[in-house]
Amino acid sequence: MSATTTTPSRVRLPHTTEAPWVRYTLIGIALVFMFLFLVLPLAAVFTEALRKGWDAYAEALKEPDAWSAIRLTLITAAVAVPLNLVFGVAAAWCIAKYEFRGKSFLTTLIDLPFSVSPVVAGLIYVLVFGAQGWFGPWLAEHDIKIVFAVPGIILATIFVTFPFIARELIPLMQAQGSEEEQAAQVLGASGWQTFWYVTLPNIKWGLLYGVILCNARAMGEFGAVSVVSGHIRGQTNTMPLHVEILYNEYQSVAAFAVASLLALLALVTLALKSWVEWRHEREIKAAADMPPEQPAPQVTPVALGAT
Amino acid sequence: MSASATYPLPGQGGGALGPGGEQGPPPVRRAAKRVLPGFNITLGFTLFYLCLIVLIPLSALLLKTFTLTWPQFWEAVTAPRVLASYRLTFGASLTAALVNVVFGLLVAWVLVRYTFPGKKIVDALVDLPFALPTAVAGISLTALLAGNGWIGQYLEPLGIQLAFNPNGVVIALIFIGLPFVVRTVQPVLEDAEKELEEAAMCLGATRWQTFVRVIFPAIAPALLTGFAMAFARAIGEYGSVIFIAGNMPMISEITPLIIISKLEQYDYAGATAVATVMLGISFVLLLVINALQTWQRNRSGG
Repeated sequence: MSATTTTPSRVRLPHTTEAPWVRYTLIGIALVFMFLFLVLPLAAVFTEALRKGWDAYAEALKEPDAWSAIRLTLITAAVAVPLNLVFGVAAAWCIAKYEFRGKSFLTTLIDLPFSVSPVVAGLIYVLVFGAQGWFGPWLAEHDIKIVFAVPGIILATIFVTFPFIARELIPLMQAQGSEEEQAAQVLGASGWQTFWYVTLPNIKWGLLYGVILCNARAMGEFGAVSVVSGHIRGQTNTMPLHVEILYNEYQSVAAFAVASLLALLALVTLALKSWVEWRHEREIKAAADMPPEQPAPQVTPVALGAT
Repeated sequence: MSASATYPLPGQGGGALGPGGEQGPPPVRRAAKRVLPGFNITLGFTLFYLCLIVLIPLSALLLKTFTLTWPQFWEAVTAPRVLASYRLTFGASLTAALVNVVFGLLVAWVLVRYTFPGKKIVDALVDLPFALPTAVAGISLTALLAGNGWIGQYLEPLGIQLAFNPNGVVIALIFIGLPFVVRTVQPVLEDAEKELEEAAMCLGATRWQTFVRVIFPAIAPALLTGFAMAFARAIGEYGSVIFIAGNMPMISEITPLIIISKLEQYDYAGATAVATVMLGISFVLLLVINALQTWQRNRSGG
């Protein structure tokens, strides 16, 4: 080996990396794997959708059933994401800023929906609100439909996207600690002001990241929604369910046309996610380049005295 | 705003801050932690929402199971068709997770250690299975691997069939689980200390020995966590699998599909029994993953 070379810069190279042929082989295998498993399926969606040309593609998307599926998907995400956002912020606030008994158990419970099969997630709502379920008879009496209707779809979506935002925020807020919030409190900010002007700017990228992922899953959820939807065309079909119906009816072009919209959503999600990561990294770098701050306890009395 | 108005902070424990405030950081911190407002309302809302969305519906599943007698339950969860589905679900999930460990480690390694054109795009693409709806993944993988698909047309003359049989299940689960392994290994690999590798080289280890003896032990906990996460996700996966599996009873029928078909026959009790088994398994896996993550954190911390 070249370990005896005298120039130190030369000695370093062989130490921390592999021979070029090993490197290129590994990169090659990894890229082929990624191409086969990720790029090809994505490309197949668009090719299949456009197999019979743009006219057939546009025709498939003009279908009223496709439109109502798109509308229902948007409505579902518009309800589920904000609810989980509020929950995520509240859960992260109480878990990251305070110590209390059973905290780690609570964190585990918040993660629970991630590991429950989507089918089981759908089933539990059928058991609660379905005709034979706990509230079934009461709901039937009052003519309220939850399962096999829009509320059930929204509930199942909330369940599967439940941990997304909380999970993103808890480690972030724990790492940031609560010194800045305490300083704001000492300076006389109300709880709401503290959150709005101190905490929120600190967590905004993590929050956005969580919202993007939560939204992607909310719009794309299939298993859980499939159990509670009842598959009524034009009424309780979300886009993924509509894809399934069209596909099972051998309307391949139409199925892939709707699927291509979801694939576009996935691409937009990935682009946004990378952008958020990039912005966040840049901000961290900018903060690291700034001169060190004055220690907080010394600043506080001065500020109090000045006002 | 006057100091007197702000100093007795809202909530309890305001008095403790006064004398302790000038002393040193520890008392300030402890007092102020309690003093940040909003604990009761956020914890209350968190618990309320958690109960409403997760705990009460899940307890409905358990209570429904308790209405079954033990023989009924046992018969429902050990019927031959159900047993075959466990075998397929576990076997395919295990195979897929193992494949993902190998290729996930490779992808993570290549992304962290090497530079090549288009690396940023490849890095972003790793998350595609998280972002792409499972039903879309299912139909497009089927279109690729079916007898007339882009890949299937070359494999079928060779007698290899990847769609509409258990092979298809494994492939769909590999797709679903890949990001879990890559995203858990990647940060650990980034933080790994190069000094240790240099020391190993100086002591005469070959690159391969360095990998096996130095790098691998450092990333093993993360790899295991990624494996468990990919496995757990694969066990419950439904959307991507049903299109490609062919769904033949006893051969290519996964457990979540058993629950769906029982529901479609209005066999709520049977569906509940199988679902309880799946819920139990996923709960155990969740605890295992949590333990693994704690282990990993302690390892990297110490």
